[in-house]
Amino acid sequence: MGTLELRDLDKVYRSRGKPPVHAVRSLNMNIEKGEIVALLGSSGCGKTSTLRMIAGFESVTAGSIALRGRRIDELPPARRKVAMAFEGYSLYPPLTVRQNIAFALKSQQLSRSEVSRRVDTVARLVEIDDILESFPRAISGGQQQRVSLARALVRYADLYLLDEPMGQLEPQLRAVLRGRIKNLLAEREMTAIFVTHDQTEASALADRIAVMEDGVLQQFASEKELKNRPANLFVASFIGEPPMNLLAADVARSDGGFGLSIGSDISFQMRGDALGHTAQKALGELSRVRVGIRPQKIAVGTGDARVRVVSNQWLGDQSHIAGECAGNLLIAVIPSRIAARPGDIVQFALEPRHLHIFGPDDACIHHAEVS
Amino acid sequence: MEHVSLAGRIFRGVALTLILVFFMFPIFWILLMSFQTNEQILRIPPRIYFEPTLANYEALISGQLRTAAGNLQISFMRNLFNSFVLSSAAVVLALLLGVPAAYAFARYKFRLGETIAFTLLSFRFAPPLLVLLPLSLYYQQLGLNDTYFGIVWVYQLIALPLILWIVRGYFEDMSPDIEHAYRLAGHSWREAFTRIAVPLAGPGIAAAGLLSFIFCWNNFVFALILASADKQPVTVGALAFVTASGIQYGQIAAAIVLSVMPTLLLALYAQRYLVEGLSLGAVKG
Repeated sequence: MGTLELRDLDKVYRSRGKPPVHAVRSLNMNIEKGEIVALLGSSGCGKTSTLRMIAGFESVTAGSIALRGRRIDELPPARRKVAMAFEGYSLYPPLTVRQNIAFALKSQQLSRSEVSRRVDTVARLVEIDDILESFPRAISGGQQQRVSLARALVRYADLYLLDEPMGQLEPQLRAVLRGRIKNLLAEREMTAIFVTHDQTEASALADRIAVMEDGVLQQFASEKELKNRPANLFVASFIGEPPMNLLAADVARSDGGFGLSIGSDISFQMRGDALGHTAQKALGELSRVRVGIRPQKIAVGTGDARVRVVSNQWLGDQSHIAGECAGNLLIAVIPSRIAARPGDIVQFALEPRHLHIFGPDDACIHHAEVS
Repeated sequence: MEHVSLAGRIFRGVALTLILVFFMFPIFWILLMSFQTNEQILRIPPRIYFEPTLANYEALISGQLRTAAGNLQISFMRNLFNSFVLSSAAVVLALLLGVPAAYAFARYKFRLGETIAFTLLSFRFAPPLLVLLPLSLYYQQLGLNDTYFGIVWVYQLIALPLILWIVRGYFEDMSPDIEHAYRLAGHSWREAFTRIAVPLAGPGIAAAGLLSFIFCWNNFVFALILASADKQPVTVGALAFVTASGIQYGQIAAAIVLSVMPTLLLALYAQRYLVEGLSLGAVKG
């Protein structure tokens, strides 16, 4: 049993004169004590709604939420033992930064020295110890965000909810804070859920990532698992930068396996023993599938796919080469520079062992080999 | 500030002067009249130079109106007091009812919510004369005629919609997350309302209260029909200066000066809040 359990959670927003919006659909999640989870998805995918249901600002349409074994979805926010940092910071304008942070401790009846000790500690952690006596209106957006974060972290709660906790910070500071917050969370065994649409942040901070789209949890797994074994087409195309190349392929049976052809230019021979039993069975029933290959897995300069270069960018440590092949756009990422200009023909090598195969319902029927 | 040509500046100056004269001259003239006797006022042509007299103010404060037909008792000071009591009580009641209602309309979506809010607003559209006849009949049956409570109640038609709509806009402008943060820290929504939402909406509430005070103060028709002499505010009491022997212009002018004074002082004092409060969103958290 986990610390936080979401069971068949549903959220439907109804407003008069408009069709109801199904923001979260039968969400099931089990989060262990001390685990840090990222809710990742594009805007409007239901991640913030989920967070707000856990905090108690949105009612639960159906399903249940349990925190440390007690049902909390009917409790008022004050009694849920949950701390939250808000996306819009939501500081109290008439109070100083120090008072804003200390305010979160007010109901816990701690001694003055204890309060100020804890405020100072957390302020140092997020580097706002120099503005403790300022008012929210006088500090920058990035500073306000850190105050909001500090106000959540200063409390001892069963669960920490962080809504885009570092969206406004400069990249350098973000990297530093990420490390420190991760340490703090780990040290105190704090269970935390944070919402983000930044993959780097999700992979850096989280133990597990929940990818959401259209209110549905697509996959809930570690970053590695998401990369290597995406559950479906959405996860495959969402995770990874640049996104996975996806191509439509015709399936043909051949001796000892299957032939996959993309247009007339690229074709693969998949050996039966390389495919699992279920993948073989699924492919046997299909005539058309989608195949995906990560840009990092395409070798350039060898291979039999002839590609007309569309763009070639050197990013300082890697080249992104986009090319067209039989009406498909392929992107390859290689660690070196090559002298290819738009219009040139180069060779791309796509190996069958690097292919992910997706069926008509977008579910993954075969994963690429993990190297 | 953007650059304006000389002609533009002159035009603006002239326009401002014209507007200022147009609005301020009557008030200035009334101020002059209040220090003149009826004969001086009615002289043709009128003059700016005259021997000022305090007789008008004396008459108002002592309650003795001397006319050609004899002495009349007037209760101007009582009327002024009534105005004060009625308007303040009406605004206090409207704030007590309106601010929580405004909060509810701003924060919670509920069935018929918009309809109720709009119905309340529509009281402002309806001409008072339209509701006066049925209202006075009801008031007679309920025994509310000629009571302070009855007038304060009917003033809610003026004050409540105003407060409700101004303060609602103000609450809607504030991020609900500020209250959410407060509630997560272990407080009930009632505490979040009284300790966070209301103080933050303070300027808006002050502005709405002030405006509705002025509107209540200026009301004439409700008090005229629903109250008798000893409960009437100054707006109605001023009718007493139209006597059998003529209209007492001097006293009317003095009465106007005295009755404008409280709202004027209040408005001057709270001008900052008015501007701040009515330009919604200026004080975002």
